[in-house]
Order: sequence, then structure tokens, then C-alpha cells
Amino acid sequence: MCWSIPGKIIEINDNIAKIELAGVTKEVGLDLIDDPKVGEYLLIHAGYAIQKVDEESAKFTIDFLNGKINGKEND
Amino acid sequence: MDKITIAHGSGGKMTHELIKNVFLKHFDNEVLNNTEDSAVVDVSSKQIAFTTDSFVVKPIFFPGGDIGKISVCGTVNDIAVSGAIVKYISCGFIIEAGFDISELEKLVISMAKTAKEAGVKIVAGDTKVVDNKEADGIFINTSGIGVFDNEYRLGVKNIKPGDKIIISGTLGDHGIAVLSKRKHLEFGTQIQSDCAPLNNMLLDVAKVSGEYLRFMRDPTRGGLATTLNEIVSPDTFGITIDEQYIPVNEAVKGACELLGLDPLYIANEGKVIIIVDPSVEKKVLEQLKKHQYGKDAVTIGIVTQEDAGKVLLKTRYGVTRILDMLTAEQLPRIC
Amino acid sequence: MVKRMIKYVDEYRDVDTCLSIAEKIREISTKPLNIMEVCGGHTMSIRKNGIQKLVGDNINLLSGPGCPVCVTAIKDIDKAIALSQIEDVIICSFGDMIYVPGSKTTFAQAKAEGKDIRTVYSASDALKLAKEEPLKKVVFIGIGFETTAPTIAAAILQAYKENIDNFSVLSLHKTMPQALGAVLSDESCIIDALICPGHVTTITGTDMYEFIVKDLGISCCVSGFEPVDLLRAIYMITEMFEKNQPALLNAYERVVKPEGNIKAKGILNDVFKPVDADWRGCGIVPDSGLGIKDKYEKFDADKIFDINVPDSKENSACICGDILRGAKKPNDCTLFKTACTPMNPQGACMVSSEGTCAAWYKYGE
Repeated sequence: MCWSIPGKIIEINDNIAKIELAGVTKEVGLDLIDDPKVGEYLLIHAGYAIQKVDEESAKFTIDFLNGKINGKEND
Repeated sequence: MDKITIAHGSGGKMTHELIKNVFLKHFDNEVLNNTEDSAVVDVSSKQIAFTTDSFVVKPIFFPGGDIGKISVCGTVNDIAVSGAIVKYISCGFIIEAGFDISELEKLVISMAKTAKEAGVKIVAGDTKVVDNKEADGIFINTSGIGVFDNEYRLGVKNIKPGDKIIISGTLGDHGIAVLSKRKHLEFGTQIQSDCAPLNNMLLDVAKVSGEYLRFMRDPTRGGLATTLNEIVSPDTFGITIDEQYIPVNEAVKGACELLGLDPLYIANEGKVIIIVDPSVEKKVLEQLKKHQYGKDAVTIGIVTQEDAGKVLLKTRYGVTRILDMLTAEQLPRIC
Repeated sequence: MVKRMIKYVDEYRDVDTCLSIAEKIREISTKPLNIMEVCGGHTMSIRKNGIQKLVGDNINLLSGPGCPVCVTAIKDIDKAIALSQIEDVIICSFGDMIYVPGSKTTFAQAKAEGKDIRTVYSASDALKLAKEEPLKKVVFIGIGFETTAPTIAAAILQAYKENIDNFSVLSLHKTMPQALGAVLSDESCIIDALICPGHVTTITGTDMYEFIVKDLGISCCVSGFEPVDLLRAIYMITEMFEKNQPALLNAYERVVKPEGNIKAKGILNDVFKPVDADWRGCGIVPDSGLGIKDKYEKFDADKIFDINVPDSKENSACICGDILRGAKKPNDCTLFKTACTPMNPQGACMVSSEGTCAAWYKYGE
């Protein structure tokens, strides 16, 4: 359930952000987000942003997984 | 007068004016200009291919096309995939009173242009007008005739285990382009409908493959997955396609991710599934890639003896699962 | 053809990463482990990508009750369809509900018969429509869990602020923890661990799973929906299971924080209050539904419209209740693929494309 997808904020007008993913743009509501900024990534569900994507955390996860899998422990 | 009225469909002077100033003006050919009740045409083969299709797409004008263009392409392609040379098309219009005549003319011009590109003649037509709110703008029906220049016929019966399955290009472009303009769903995208007449490209494919060309079909409503399911049978063969080779434009992928749709079930109006003997696979791909409508052609799967009656998808992770037919219609979802 | 990565999506579909994690799972798993993926979206992703075939024979993936369409009671669907019969009402619904059958018919059929029923992508689209059609009464059918309910709450708040008087919501929303507790406390429960719904938890935060770990000794790992996320969650669960240490884990850190989305929770609690809810396949679960608070009653379709529909009965051979609890699988059901298909669903697990039985039917076993 809860089909959601991450998109990048390219424009903000009042309470609406224009987000972009793979060249597709859509306007979504920012009612559930504090202090959104252009360039940030948002998780989009049913026409609203429901959370910001923590980009540092995302990068860490992918790097960690790749490091661990190659036999090198990341600690 | 700038709007269609009931009088335009009444068969009187206004009907004749409309036919002359809009339809004959742009469709212009010696058969149609005779304005007989029937088009009388020569056909060069004993068997003909004959098809009909109706078009109700909304919105009427969409990125990359319109209902006029698609009505010609749809019928041209249905004839072309049977291996016949497309010759003649008829078109019937049902128009809602109040429709803009200038918009109608745009559609007719689009149809004429598409027919010219395909090398087909529009030789018969009809116009009816219904009251306001009794039709949604305009509906078009087209029928088409094609002839054969040899005795070989394409068909499901030709397909054998080991045959290769080629798709002529990217999937989902048409469906997404149309969806992007639907009210209350609008999203921004550069995606254009792939709506195109494929007959010339497919004739070239037939020339290089002869009887090693088994079967062709265009994956329109229901998409690739549904069309493949129409072909398999529990008595004959199955199909396995490989996810890593399926071509989808990133923007189509993005729109699908946004709305919860699967590109394998989205309509295409300018693509063909081509099933061939492995010995001509390479030649057919080369031929397709020479055409503007086939540049992304790729082999996506194989016909199998096992799992007869099923369409299977080998996921990018190497495991296989069923690829079912579309049940109802695909709608944007939240779950 | 234009090829480009979708950021924060494609990295989590990487084949090498997935196959390596799957190999690790098979290496460390020494005993049978029953994992329930609560969420219908997880079921879909697992079946669509064939993940259940990658993790080895010890790991048994079972689907849970996290499909809001599946668990909507037939009576509630009948109520929603009955609303469409009222003059001047425009029904707006997510696409998920359009083909779901009530006791007699579907929204799709009602639309075919001339009722004004529209598919929308967002509750805000329904609100826009209400503003465009001031003489009509727009009713939005609110389904979904804690992920979706805040978006409907936001639309209600906007309608309140702008004083829109022809917009209302039929709230069929439900919340997860109570139903999870009911399923896991049942004596027939064989579940060793849960894969917890990533987007519900994005809103709620992870605290609500504490009782499952502490009181029931069942590990909970929050997961995203991409194959890397799910395989990672399965790996983390397997690791703790092999050590006999139930734990609360988070494999979706990029959007799930322990505290969740505080602003969204605030808006949710401002508009909605807990009410008892009827879960198809599970029965009445106290405090597991969301009703609209009195302050916003002018947007509550339940209060505005007087709709009475009779109770309805399930097919007696239907075992959806057992399937939703993870006690049985679709192929244990005599109706599966015979009387019960996506075209003709008999029970909760087949009605939505992400229901357990629908996923098995569509993608195979």
C-alpha cells in the first residue's frame, strides 16, 4: 500500500511544490512538510509530500551495502 | 458558420458544403472525388485483408498526435501486421453538435497527412451529427483494405518454440502522453505519443525475412503483456520475456512510478511485436533500426515449449514469474 | 531511447547488490523463519520481482492485512456506492476502489449507468473539483492507512480554511497497530517476524511497534519497497532471529525516523479521532478506524448524508481471514483460481490488485 515515490523540488509557490523525476513534473502539496527548499528530495504520496528524503542517510546506506558486500566491513 | 450543427448531418446543402470544403478538400483522390455511394477500387490479389476500428480517445489533441492521426494509423497498422500491403481506408465520423469546424479541419488535415505518409487512399466516408451531449466531441471509425503480393500468410499457427520475440521500440509512450493531458491528473512531460503508420517499415521487414517471419501484432489496448497473452495457448507454446531488455523511456518510467502504473500494460500506437525464426533475427533488427519508427527495436524474449499457455517474465534478478493479462483497466493508484 | 537513473529509486533496484544480499541471507539462515510482510505494497514488490525465490527455502514470506482496499468491509463499499445514487453528488475516488465489488455492484458499473464517479490522484483534486462545481456535492471516498489519511486531513483543513461547503469525505481510513496486535495475538499465529510498512511508518514513527517486540517477542523491521530495501530487511531480521534476539529495526532510514513526521501526525490528530472499524476478514477491531472530529463535521459525509445499507455475508468457503493472519496461503483455499479470480473476487484478498490472492494470481506462486 501507500504507493510513494521520491521527487526533486524544482519550484515552490506558496504551499505547492513542483517536483521532478526522470523529466516528469507534477505539482504536490507541502502541507505536511516543514521548511521545504528547492533542490531537496521529497517522498510523494497521493499528491502530497509526506517526508523529506534524508540524502546523507541514503548515500550512507548504498555505500555501506556496497562496501559490506565486497567483503570490506564498514565500521 | 464556425460550429457543427445538426443541419451538417442532415444530408442537405450544408452536408455537401462540409464534405466539399473540409473532407474532399484534404482527402482529395480520384476515387473519393467521384462521390458515388460506394468506392469501386482495383485489388491485385484474390485474398484481401480487411479490418475496422473505432476511435474515441480523449483528449482529442494530445502530445504527438490527435484522434484523426490515430484513426488512420490504427487501421493501417492492423492491416500491415497481417503482412498485406495497405491500399484503401474509409472513415466515418460521428460529431457532436457544437464541435468547432476549424478543429474538425485540423483533424482531417492530420488524417490526410498520415494517409499520404503511409501511401494509402481514403476512398469512402460518412458524417453524422448528433445533438449536443449525445457524443463526446467526435468519434471516428476507420476500415481498411490490404492486398497480398504472395501466398504466404502470417499467423499464430506459424509460431514455433525457439522463435524470437522482437519489439520495434519503447513501450508506454502513447498511453502516458494521453494521460498527461487528462483533467485533474495533469503532469508535465516531454513524452509524445508514438502514434505512427508502420506499414512501410513492416514491408521492409517482410522482404528480408520471407517465411521466417512468423507473426506480427501491435500492442495497443492492454499493452505488451495483454497482447502476448492473446497469442499463447495451452496446446501450443508459451512465451518468456526478459525484463532487462524491455525498452521504456525514462520519462515513461517516471510517470508510471508517479502514478503507480506498469508500462507493460500501457497502450502503444506505433509499435509492433514481431515473432521470427532465430535465423532472421539479426536481419530484422537491422532493418527496423534503419527506420525512424524502429530505431529502438530489440529482442525481448523467446517462444518456449515448456509453460505452454503462459507468458512468463524473467526479472532482472534472474527469477521468473507470471506476466498476466490486464484484468480491467489500469488506473492511477495510491496502494 | 533516453536512459537516466531515477534518483533514490534505481540504486535500490541494483541487481548485483540484491543478489549479494540474497546470497548472504541464504548463508546465515539455518532454521525455518516465518516473516509476515504486513503491507500489500511489499507483497506486490516481492512477487513482482520474485524475491521469495531468492531468499532460500528456510524463509517463508506470508502476506498480512496491510491492504486498505482489501480490508474495507463490503457494507462500507455499499455505503460509498449508495452515495453515488444521490442527486447532484459527484463521487471522487482513488483508482484502487473503482472495480472493487460491493454486495451487488461496483463504482465502475454505477458509472456505466450514468452516475458521476471520477478517479482522482489526490484528495486535493477532489477539492479543486468542488470549487469548480459549486452546485454539486463532491464526496471523496477516503481509504488508506496512516500514509494517506494525513493527505485527506490536509484537504479537509484547506476546505475549512477556504469555507468550501460542497466538499465532504467518507472516511474509511484505518490505522495499523491495533489490527497488527489482533493478528499477532491470535493463538493460530505462526509469525516469527514482521516486515513493517515503510510509508505508514514514515508518518507514525517506529514506537508503535515496540509492544510487538517486547510483549510478543516478534522482531519488526521497517522496510522500503524496492528489492534492495526488502532484501536488506529480510537479512536484518534473519540475523536477529538466528541470534534469538527480537529487535526493532529500521532498514528505511532515508525516510523513516523514529519520531515519524510530527507535522503530519499533528494534522492527522487535528482532523481525525479513533473509532471502531470493521476489517473485512478480521471483524471489528476497536479504535482502529479514523472518524472525522466534530469541529470538521461539515466535511463528514457520514453526517451529511443519511445512508443505510444492509449487512452482507461473505462466501462461507472464503478463508481470507486465515490468509490475512498469515495462517494459510492462497493455494490452501478451494475458491482460489476457480470461483475466486480478479474478475470475480469472492473475498478481501482478491479484491485489490495488491491483495495476497490477487498478487499470487497475477505473478504466480
